Amino acid sequence: MNGLYIHVPFCVRKCLYCNFYSVTDLGMMAPYVEALVREMDLTAALQPTGLKSVDTLYFGGGTPSVLSFNHLGRIMDRIHHLYHVADHAEITLEVNPGTLTPGALDDFKRLGINRLSLGVQSFHDTHLQMLGRIHSSDESRALIHAARKAGFNDLGLDLIYGLPGQSLEHWQDDLENALSFGPSHLSCYMLSFEPGTPLFKRMKKGTIVPLPDDKAAILFDETMAFLEKKGFIHYEISNFASSPGTQSRHNRKYWNFEPYTGFGPSAHSYTPVEQKRSWNVPNLSDYIDRLKKGHLPVEDSETLDKRQQMIEALFLGLRKMEGILISEFNRRFECDFSKMFSASLSYLSKNGLIVHDPARVYLTRKGIVLADRITSLFVDRVD
Amino acid sequence: MKNIRNFSIIAHIDHGKSTLADRLIQATGIVSDRDFKDQILDSMDIERERGITIKSQTVNLPYKAKDGKDYQLNLIDTPGHVDFTYEVSRALKSCEGAFLLVDASQGVEAQTLANLYLALDNNLEVIPVINKIDLPSAEIEWVKGQINDDLGLDAETAILTSAKNGIGIIDVLEGAVNLLPPPKGDPDAPLRALIFDSHYDPYRGTVVHFRVFDGSIKPGDTIKFMSNDISYKVEEVGVFQIVRVPRKQLYAGEVGYLIAGIKTVGDTRCGDTITLKNRPCEKSVSGFREPTPVVFSSIYPVASDDYQELTDAIEKLKLNDASLVYEKDSSAALGFGYRCGFLGLLHLEVVQERLEREYDLSLILTAPSVQYEIVLHNGQELIIDNPALYPDPTTIAITREPFIKATIIVPERYMGSVMKLSLDRRGINKNYQYLNSSRLEMVFELPLAEVVYDFYDKLKSVTQGYGSFDYEIIGKKETDLVKLDILINGERVDALSQLVHRDNAVARGRHACAKLKEEIPRQMFKIAIQGSIGAKVVSRETISAYRKDVTAKCYGGDISRKRKLLDKQKKGKKRMKMIGQVELPQSAFLAVLKTDD
Repeated sequence: MNGLYIHVPFCVRKCLYCNFYSVTDLGMMAPYVEALVREMDLTAALQPTGLKSVDTLYFGGGTPSVLSFNHLGRIMDRIHHLYHVADHAEITLEVNPGTLTPGALDDFKRLGINRLSLGVQSFHDTHLQMLGRIHSSDESRALIHAARKAGFNDLGLDLIYGLPGQSLEHWQDDLENALSFGPSHLSCYMLSFEPGTPLFKRMKKGTIVPLPDDKAAILFDETMAFLEKKGFIHYEISNFASSPGTQSRHNRKYWNFEPYTGFGPSAHSYTPVEQKRSWNVPNLSDYIDRLKKGHLPVEDSETLDKRQQMIEALFLGLRKMEGILISEFNRRFECDFSKMFSASLSYLSKNGLIVHDPARVYLTRKGIVLADRITSLFVDRVD
Repeated sequence: MKNIRNFSIIAHIDHGKSTLADRLIQATGIVSDRDFKDQILDSMDIERERGITIKSQTVNLPYKAKDGKDYQLNLIDTPGHVDFTYEVSRALKSCEGAFLLVDASQGVEAQTLANLYLALDNNLEVIPVINKIDLPSAEIEWVKGQINDDLGLDAETAILTSAKNGIGIIDVLEGAVNLLPPPKGDPDAPLRALIFDSHYDPYRGTVVHFRVFDGSIKPGDTIKFMSNDISYKVEEVGVFQIVRVPRKQLYAGEVGYLIAGIKTVGDTRCGDTITLKNRPCEKSVSGFREPTPVVFSSIYPVASDDYQELTDAIEKLKLNDASLVYEKDSSAALGFGYRCGFLGLLHLEVVQERLEREYDLSLILTAPSVQYEIVLHNGQELIIDNPALYPDPTTIAITREPFIKATIIVPERYMGSVMKLSLDRRGINKNYQYLNSSRLEMVFELPLAEVVYDFYDKLKSVTQGYGSFDYEIIGKKETDLVKLDILINGERVDALSQLVHRDNAVARGRHACAKLKEEIPRQMFKIAIQGSIGAKVVSRETISAYRKDVTAKCYGGDISRKRKLLDKQKKGKKRMKMIGQVELPQSAFLAVLKTDD
């Protein structure tokens, strides 16, 4: 089944670390929603029936929680008009503390949102300031309570660690705080310095110093150890679920070569039947202009050849804790995985970085912190 | 014969030799401007890139002079590196004259002088040419002064040119006609011709480049090479005008080529004399020398399954490079490869580059070594150039290593630095003398092993390019050798072993470990690098492991970004060789011998 992603490119203020596309001019909201609805109409008209059935919807950003009831309602109506949304569909909305009007959570609930992903990031105010967040940790706590009260059982919290100067104790404190709310999902992202962001510029200037690799590695290791001890399932490098059923179904589509259709500026789509990936222009004015003229806002697309598919299968497979399923890989690429990668496999298993059993290959906890390096060893063997 | 001129252009690198040759070729119109590409004689990519000539090239230029007569001007372009001094001397022997090119703003430089001596050794008439006269920094009078004082040539005869802008080109051609002597020789005597080069043509076999001193040669003649008495029937003779132009016959004084069904260039030897089988000449052209490899190294493919490709490539390269010698070799660390002998390190680098570029191979070369003579207690004598074959030290009675006589010419102010460099390399100063008030010739005896790697580069650097260097092997002397092994994570890597003098062994061990630490990238576990002599560890370095390398966030549905990044990294990655568990870059194998800059 298809998954729909709606990119809502608005933020009250840009966070210092973030390189996702968004603008702070909330006055563009109305023309954006008009353009978005138009994009959905044009796209759906061209899609085969197979892609019309969807079981995940994901509102990401930016900050989707800045959408008004009317705008979100308009978008949801259009989706239901154009697509068949399964009864059990997972419908996620990203919410940032400090962006909600009173009653907004009840509105979300009424519009069918059944999963919230809350951008908490940290329970330490100094860290929130360092990241350029607009809220305090108290506002985060209040939001979580309110979400529970509004009846959201499926609550995911996003946390960031590996901040300059962060200690193990600080991070353990964040994790314990997070767990005290009984979330069904946790995304714990190690801070990265993305080119173009203010944080990156400060690092280049030397005004902030990233946490050294060995310390960041210790925090990552602690994250895994702690959450596993608390019964969480580590299912992707940065993602943990309280039970098998609360893993993000939408995000798993990205990693499992399932179809998804992205709407909004900079959104990405993938159609497995054609092995085609396409993406929209990453600019709101361009996006609106193109749709006004009745054009799709697609910036570019690519059709993956076998080689590119194999590289993706390797890196996405290794990002998942279940790993690469060997029989599936062999069937898909008509090859012998264990033979093709025999040198890397024996080298990595000997050093305790991967487990290679007859069914699959997956990273050990020691290997996870080196995932990129390990992945490149496999990718090197792809001709 | 009186309308023939055979000459060469000798110059320091970058003084404009190839450009001048290009202009001479254009001026005589044998190549249309449309087909012209710069540095036409430097046909290998490596030559154009490095601005050096490796193979000599010859071109026959028909020229109608101002006196109204038609002349044949043979320009013989020569290699410009100490590794190929012998080849240069053979090419110069085929000339009567030379143009000595000096840059109008750089003035006389060391190599100019070294080349002048080679030319004078061969009794050539030398005409100075001052090039790049139109540069704002040109100082023609200053250069003329140098030509008079330092070179002892008559600066009044100097021709002024700008090869780049076509100034003075006709003056050079007229100079060849009027200032250089025509060749001498007896066209009726038995054939006596000198081979100064050869190259391989895949359709015709070996093409021999030669100069006729006496007699004549034509298709159908049965010729004989005097060094080995092998005979061939001549199929074609002719001259080079960029392309081969066949002639009915070549006579005394002429320069050209012959084709005679010779399978490989290894069957012809630079410096050998060609004569007729049934009417041989009495005396060969003097100065023949067998090519002797002095530096040995093993070549392995980075990917072991490329061994067959390497085999094919080496065989093909050998067709065109008689001085390359090789035999099969194998290494525990690197698999199958070839042990090769080279004329010097430049030759080694040229062979490596040609194999990699022309045959698209990725290669590892082991540390270059010289040839040692080892006498065992039981009286058995061994010649060893491969550390892997070094015998158990307790069985060795005597070891001898090759020594050279190095002649270094430098301005006086560099005397101290050259002395220090040579003594650091176990050299003994045998003699020095002033060539004039400011220039010094220093003679050293040096172990060849100490100069093979970077002595020439070092000399150039300590003398700011003014030092010239030439050497000849003078024999072997007793020495005290040890084998330095390198262990990576406790495993001995045979391809990194070196034979070194005992006095230097510990320092070399430390140096090798430090260099390897620079060259080997961090990996997913700690790497220990040790240098050992026998069981004794003499040096140690550690490379710490990567602690973290993970992308926390995959950008939502944007899978393309990460895939493209991985693909790009893969393409940009240095080729690595797995030694046990450790990935070693190609560069690590030669780096152990490099000294610090």
